[in-house]
Amino acid sequence: MNKRKTNIWNNIDWITVLLYITLIIFGWLSIYSAVYNDGHQSIFDITQRYGKQLLWISASFILILIVFLIDVKFYSLFAYFIYIATILLLISVLFLGKEVHGARSWFEIGNFRVQPSEFAKVATSIVLAKYMSSYNQKFKKFKNLFTLAIIILTPVVLIFLQNDTGSALVYFAFILVLYREGLSINYIFIGILIAVLFIVSLLVDKLIILFSIEIIAIIIFAFRNKKIKNIIITLITISSATFVVWGINKIFSFNLSFYIVNLIGLTLSTIILSIFAYWNKMNYIFIILGILYSSILFTNSVGYFFNNILEPHQQTRINILLGIKKDPLGTGYNVNQSKIAIGSGGFSGKGFLQGTQTKFNFVPEQSTDFIFCTIGEESGFIGTSIVILLFVSLLMRIIYLAERQRSKFSRIYGYCVASIIFFHFVINIGMTIGITPVIGIPLPFFSYGGSSLWAFTILLFIFIRLDASRLDLFA
Amino acid sequence: MDIFKQRKYFIQIIIILISIIYIIRLFALQVVDTSYKISASNNVLRHITQYPARGLVYDRNEELLVYNQAAYDLMIVPRQLEAFDTTDFCNIINISKQQLIKEINKAKKYSYFKPSLFLKQMSSVTYAKLQEKLYKYKGFFVQTRTLRKYTQKIAAHALGYVGEVDEEITKKKPYYKLGDYMGISGIEKSYEKELRGKKGVQIYLVDVHNRIKGNYKKGKYDTNAVAGANITTTLDANLQEYGEKLMQNKKGSIVAIEPSTGEILTMVTSPSYNPALLVGRIRTKNYLNLLKDTLKPLFNRAVMAKYPPGSTFKIITALVGLQEKVLYKNTLYSCHGGYHYGRQIVGCHNHPSPLDLTHAIQYSCNAYFCNVYRSIIDNPEFTSADEGFKVWRDYVTSFGLGNKLGTDFANELSGNIPTTKYYDKYYGHGHWSSLTTLSLSIGQGELGITPLQLANMTSTVANRGFYYTPHLIKKISSKKNIDEKFLVQRYTKIDSSYFPIVIDGMEKVINGEAGSTARIAKIKDIIVCGKTGTAQNPHGDNHSIFIAFAPKDNPKIAIAVFIENGGYGARWAAPTASLMIEKYLKKNISRKWLENYILNCDLINEQTQDKHME
Repeated sequence: MNKRKTNIWNNIDWITVLLYITLIIFGWLSIYSAVYNDGHQSIFDITQRYGKQLLWISASFILILIVFLIDVKFYSLFAYFIYIATILLLISVLFLGKEVHGARSWFEIGNFRVQPSEFAKVATSIVLAKYMSSYNQKFKKFKNLFTLAIIILTPVVLIFLQNDTGSALVYFAFILVLYREGLSINYIFIGILIAVLFIVSLLVDKLIILFSIEIIAIIIFAFRNKKIKNIIITLITISSATFVVWGINKIFSFNLSFYIVNLIGLTLSTIILSIFAYWNKMNYIFIILGILYSSILFTNSVGYFFNNILEPHQQTRINILLGIKKDPLGTGYNVNQSKIAIGSGGFSGKGFLQGTQTKFNFVPEQSTDFIFCTIGEESGFIGTSIVILLFVSLLMRIIYLAERQRSKFSRIYGYCVASIIFFHFVINIGMTIGITPVIGIPLPFFSYGGSSLWAFTILLFIFIRLDASRLDLFA
Repeated sequence: MDIFKQRKYFIQIIIILISIIYIIRLFALQVVDTSYKISASNNVLRHITQYPARGLVYDRNEELLVYNQAAYDLMIVPRQLEAFDTTDFCNIINISKQQLIKEINKAKKYSYFKPSLFLKQMSSVTYAKLQEKLYKYKGFFVQTRTLRKYTQKIAAHALGYVGEVDEEITKKKPYYKLGDYMGISGIEKSYEKELRGKKGVQIYLVDVHNRIKGNYKKGKYDTNAVAGANITTTLDANLQEYGEKLMQNKKGSIVAIEPSTGEILTMVTSPSYNPALLVGRIRTKNYLNLLKDTLKPLFNRAVMAKYPPGSTFKIITALVGLQEKVLYKNTLYSCHGGYHYGRQIVGCHNHPSPLDLTHAIQYSCNAYFCNVYRSIIDNPEFTSADEGFKVWRDYVTSFGLGNKLGTDFANELSGNIPTTKYYDKYYGHGHWSSLTTLSLSIGQGELGITPLQLANMTSTVANRGFYYTPHLIKKISSKKNIDEKFLVQRYTKIDSSYFPIVIDGMEKVINGEAGSTARIAKIKDIIVCGKTGTAQNPHGDNHSIFIAFAPKDNPKIAIAVFIENGGYGARWAAPTASLMIEKYLKKNISRKWLENYILNCDLINEQTQDKHME
């Protein structure tokens, strides 16, 4: 017993711990500066956010201690129990939770608020590691894939119901983990196709989408076939069929829309081309056609889903996310202000506590989601580059540690940690510099908020703990 | 072994690639692009919301009813405050030093960095004085707003009022920010979206002396305010004013509709209030006073009060009878001082007997319509009174009674036409009959109808069988058409061929021989068709009711008048309606004696005097 304990302390990866502490300190300084005003100067003033954050940070060290004391087998043994308990918490917050900024995702106990969705990331990571390592997991089996989808999507749906779209989207980061463990590229390709089609069908006229899908299908066909003759035949068949339908529509005045005319023309020519393909034994054409028609069907159902199933506030959120609707005083305004603040920092920044843009008239989420602006303004390009390098180092270190695990459980868990931190890092910093859409999720270890800080601390230190015992774990 | 191990490289490449993109982007933003730095050294951005002027409101003859007046809000940004001469400052804007400190602390509590309202609606004189010295008071600036102003003291309920949004609304509708105004009632509420226009924002650079240095980035991020659309209402200001004058010292309501369009010409609620009372800083105080008033001036009787329609409802009873073919033009019923059943009687007054349908309307015979009602409900074609009643109710509701009409008036109520369920609950299923509900035939009992609904019913009769949903909107300057639902003819379940018979009876009510119920309402050269009504009132004197339309052919106006505690319909309501019609059709009043008779009638103070004497 005694021997093992000394073992752990010796085996802790101090580089990761050091990176963690550096990020935490940098984060706290930023919050202090963002909230700072002449009226309150004591750093321990817990009426101010920096004072509170100091309290959360101290509590984090207690949490780290607890994580180190818990036996390393605990997570694997109780994985499902932890997961189900978290799901129950997510359900109960829907009913008992307190609404903050339109999202019902907080439990309120006295003056103290906890956000279970933050901790759900930890639980989902543990259960994913457990499930994917528990037996000879193969992505080819439909049952396995289905179970994985249930594990990941249950918290997503529950968090989406809490109206916290940002936290729900984080779970899509697990695709990286699945990819690392052998998920076929095809699934990822289909996933990307669905996402692109969904967004495009909201943004672009469906006629243009139809044409684009057709053209892409023909190009794919051209790559496969490589015979100019066949491609010309295809093009002529499609255009003449469409022209005939167009003519009939005109002469008999059926008043069909141009879209329908094209669709009928395409269907007719498809039938002709299919027979032609069947004769020539070009079976891959049917796969192309399958994808072509399911894409058309999908783009048409998106409109219906969007207009008839989604609630108006969800529609607005997606609209603003995709930039369909501009709201100069809302999100767009925040991003503009954010860019001004970061841009005004220049190469070396205005100096600690010297920021003006981030103090005088900035967005309400100054110390939470937009904390990166304070860094940008006060520490300049030097500061922002350092922060990005710190995150990259942390992520690379986690991947390095994950790859050296002998236990599959530990490796998968490590990748979960990396994926979640990576997703938060990309989206949060991306939105402050106007690259990614504004999704309200915190910057790990930086943003103000106890739940977020504690969840990330636990997430990371369970992995450090697993890594410290890597020589004892084999499964 | 782990055949997917090489996939870690792909993941690592993604991470590094994105980080490089971000660093390049930051380099471009922070080092290459200098435009962000110009503003950042000493200057501060100030966002000034551009409030659009609210749309104007006109009457149907394009006479201006509601317009705007400038007001100046003094705003404060606590973070930018610097020591200043408080005595001088307090003198200019006329507040005490304690108040100043209190307001500054309030603003600080809200936010150090965001502007908050310091003093609402300064006069232009104060503003002019302050403007000169504003540079001395860093952290303060002035925002221009508009307040509503009214040309006349009329139509307070129809026009509605504008008030400041509360926190609840800002949460639900993010367009509104604290301190914004929005329509709270009446047209201001119904057409809020059109009237308010669209806010804009201008971003200025402000130097250390609190002076505006110019537009930020040449106005690239500015948006212009879009002025609100002007609205033309269907109200006739002259008629509305006249109606309110006639209704002085009385409780009740007048609603007049143009039958051929459904346009509401007049919507009088009495007692009313001066709309100018609910504007600006005095609004809250005045509102509370109006709320405390025992005569309930804030209660919009025209669309919210429900009364039994009394004998005016006999028109409906007759039409249902005709349609169901249990009543014909020449059907005769005799009347011996009322309708007797068992030991009970529905009383009637003295008039010739027996009567046919038109004369029964002319003399408003109760017994006649009790007979008609019973033959409708107890029609042998139906298996039960229950079934008959449902048929009857279907006809009644097709006149727009018992449901909200769907007007553009936010707080209209639905009134009440009882259902079989109601009687089943009250008497038990199968334990009630046409006799139990007999009082409905003459418009008493459980019936509850709003003045607007009754005017609409009159308009339906005037149109011989259809109505347009009554509305207050005639034109919106930003739109081609008004809402399409106001342009649809809505037919009742009564064939239009039955209406002329009833209308003949209504003509006789006013133009018939001596003994007709409302000869007082007769106007020279115009054939007015009408019907009196008296609503039984368990709390005091009966309510006086009159409905009418004129001229008989091609009617221009349909009207319903309710005068609370006015007694018989012919006593106060009929002459009031007659004067309104004359005013609208002939523009001036020939019967000054009748006008004086109504103007001098005081039912509010008289009553209170009566009570004192008791």
